[in-house]
Amino acid sequence: MTADDIRQILLEEIGNIAPEADLGALDPEVDYREKLDIDSIGFLNLIIAIGKRLKIEVPEKDYARLGTLSGAVSYLVARKRG
Amino acid sequence: MSGTSAGGAEITYRDAVREALREVLQQDPRTFLMGEDVGRYGGCYAVSKGLLDEFGPERIRDTPLSEAGFVGAGIGAALGGMRPIVEVMTVNFSMLCLDQILNTAATIRHMSGGQFSVPLVIRMATGAGRQLAAQHSHSLENWYAHIPGIRVVAPATVTDARFMLRTALLDPDPVLIFEHVMLYNMTGSLDPAADPVDIDRAAVRRPGRDVTLITYGGSLWKTLVAATELAGQGIEAEVIDLRSLRPLDDATITASVRRTRRAVIVDEGWRSGSLAAEISARIVEQCFWSLDAPVGRVCSAEVPIPYPKHLEDAALPQTPAIVAAARSVVGR
Amino acid sequence: MGIFRMPSLGADMEAGTLVEWLKQPGDRVKRGDLIAVVETQKGAIEIEVFEPGTVAELLLPVGATVPVGTAMASIREDGAVAVAPAPDAAAMKEERPTAAATMPAPQLQVPPPPSQGIKASPAARKFAEEHDINLASVPGSGPDGAIVFVDVEAAWQRQGGAAATTAAARTGAKGDGAPVDGMRAAIAAAMARSKREIPHYYLGQTVDVTIAADWLAQRNADRKPEERAVFGALLLKAIGLSLKKYPEFNGSFADGRFAASAAIHLGMAIALRGGGLIAPAIHDAADLPLDQLMIRLRDLTNRVRAGRFRSSELADATITLTSLGERGVDWVQPIIYPPQVAIVGAGTPTVRPWIVDGVPVARQLCDLTLAADHRVSDGHRGALFLRAIEALLQNPEAL
Repeated sequence: MTADDIRQILLEEIGNIAPEADLGALDPEVDYREKLDIDSIGFLNLIIAIGKRLKIEVPEKDYARLGTLSGAVSYLVARKRG
Repeated sequence: MSGTSAGGAEITYRDAVREALREVLQQDPRTFLMGEDVGRYGGCYAVSKGLLDEFGPERIRDTPLSEAGFVGAGIGAALGGMRPIVEVMTVNFSMLCLDQILNTAATIRHMSGGQFSVPLVIRMATGAGRQLAAQHSHSLENWYAHIPGIRVVAPATVTDARFMLRTALLDPDPVLIFEHVMLYNMTGSLDPAADPVDIDRAAVRRPGRDVTLITYGGSLWKTLVAATELAGQGIEAEVIDLRSLRPLDDATITASVRRTRRAVIVDEGWRSGSLAAEISARIVEQCFWSLDAPVGRVCSAEVPIPYPKHLEDAALPQTPAIVAAARSVVGR
Repeated sequence: MGIFRMPSLGADMEAGTLVEWLKQPGDRVKRGDLIAVVETQKGAIEIEVFEPGTVAELLLPVGATVPVGTAMASIREDGAVAVAPAPDAAAMKEERPTAAATMPAPQLQVPPPPSQGIKASPAARKFAEEHDINLASVPGSGPDGAIVFVDVEAAWQRQGGAAATTAAARTGAKGDGAPVDGMRAAIAAAMARSKREIPHYYLGQTVDVTIAADWLAQRNADRKPEERAVFGALLLKAIGLSLKKYPEFNGSFADGRFAASAAIHLGMAIALRGGGLIAPAIHDAADLPLDQLMIRLRDLTNRVRAGRFRSSELADATITLTSLGERGVDWVQPIIYPPQVAIVGAGTPTVRPWIVDGVPVARQLCDLTLAADHRVSDGHRGALFLRAIEALLQNPEAL
């Protein structure tokens, strides 16, 4: 699974949380939770969905590393390899 | 008692009526007072106390216990050019002279083609609250308000008690003045600026926007207390004192009800066929499309007014019932 | 024969549109079963049945918009013989049998019931007629719930008052973008009513939630994401438990008096994506274990945002929590949702300086606020209630 695959899955799941968002225009370096107004339950839903899709369980202490799209992709790629 | 402008002299209702009598007796030699016990006894409610000494037995005339007789004599005197003031001890007793009032006093102008008029004033005590039992306590003024050809007024304030008599004597037709027995001892401040008063307009005694409380005579003060209580509950009641029971001042009533959209009538008469019923009908006729609730009525229980204090109180319109009726039409 | 009617899903609901029947004639139903999906200003809501029996007849075509109280279906009680539907149900169909060979096509837009069925004062009727306002859509505040002048006037003003065009007045629950307008109108009606009728008092308390936050982090650390809880769930639990001691904040105020609720149904204000707000209830929240509460909270949030939730969830809340979440601001002065009598606000927990034993230290702080109905309770009790929530948050294991 490549970084692009992971990015694609991540964007799909963000899209499920924020269906009205224009994800093509999403800057990979911004705080997307802020930008897309995703609250704690929305974010928890995202973590659950990622867990199911990628078989990665993200612990709460790592939430901060998923703060931006690029950060999240790097983190998930690293976890997938690890 | 309040309701008249501040700064006037404090006076009892009884003294106000007496002063009114003294004034007209002094000013117009055609006037005289006639009735049971009005002279030597000073009137059963002490209204005419002292007048016999001041004006003499020609003008302060004690009569036999015959309402039909002395009211008839009053009508005759009025036809003959005098300006008689006849006192009937209570409205209950006036049934004995109802024939004179209805069939003679009220009809002569009509039946004579306008040739004769009856410039007569009849004063009657009315109402309950003094434990005088069922033959002395009723409020039958509504029956007189039914009759074309006469005027019926009900002074509720000292100012009206003081000044309505003179205006009534200016009327070429019979005028009945109803004085509620519970008012005689009440004190209020006289408003000399109100003189002369009219006898055909209702008065707004308290302005308000949420509901119109329409009343007269002895019930005015209970209604004003109710309005104060309602204000404490956030309901601003407008209180109308009818003053004139015939003719009714439709303009004042309808102007208020169209604004508040709700009305409660407080009337010490019995509910069935009451003055409250007449006013209610007029409101529905004239204000129907402005109403937000059915018209409410607070009247006396349909029983002969009882003698025991607690039963008498229970039979009459009281402040809590007025408050409840107002709240119910406001829906709070 | 029971008649199932368009339910009122909150004081501000005026009408609903039938989206889907979930039951068909002949189906047996019991209390709590879902019978239909109705589109309201708050979105699509699954409507529950209250009386058991067998669905006899569906009286509304899909797509019909009808006022609250309109007959939707007849439900035959078990053992009862079928009888003719109620008169207003009959009116939904053709007027009477005719000799005509062809029957009229079923109407999609059902006309409102005749106005005789609506209790409205003459003054209200006259104003409604003059200003083209449908009385069926106006909630009444007069004697026995009658619609009175001010109700129609308020409805007119909600529609834009003198400036309203006919088109604006007809902004309904249908069409693209319109549901948000409808929801805005519903929120406006409920909040305006609240501010008009409820004498709010407001209290606030800065609560040290460090212990609760640490406990939650530790608890979540070794759990699967599905089993993790958010801070809001802790708050709900603490509020629920505190209400048992302070029942005057749990219930409804109507007809001039407060009715305390034995059940504690916590309303949770949930912001919708794209605007708007709904505060559906989590039933019996005080007695749910935290894990269950969290499952219900997440389920409810997801369903609300997907636009599907149950009628009872919408109407049953006995108090509301509005929580600003992790990325909000420090505090909120909330507005009570009528006919409830209290609402608790929770600001975003942030690390701020705090004095502990005379020493300034960095702690996680959360500003809790309470708005309550002064007709029902006083500030002193309100303060005790907030303090009780604070105390429970210091001992999160017990939640």
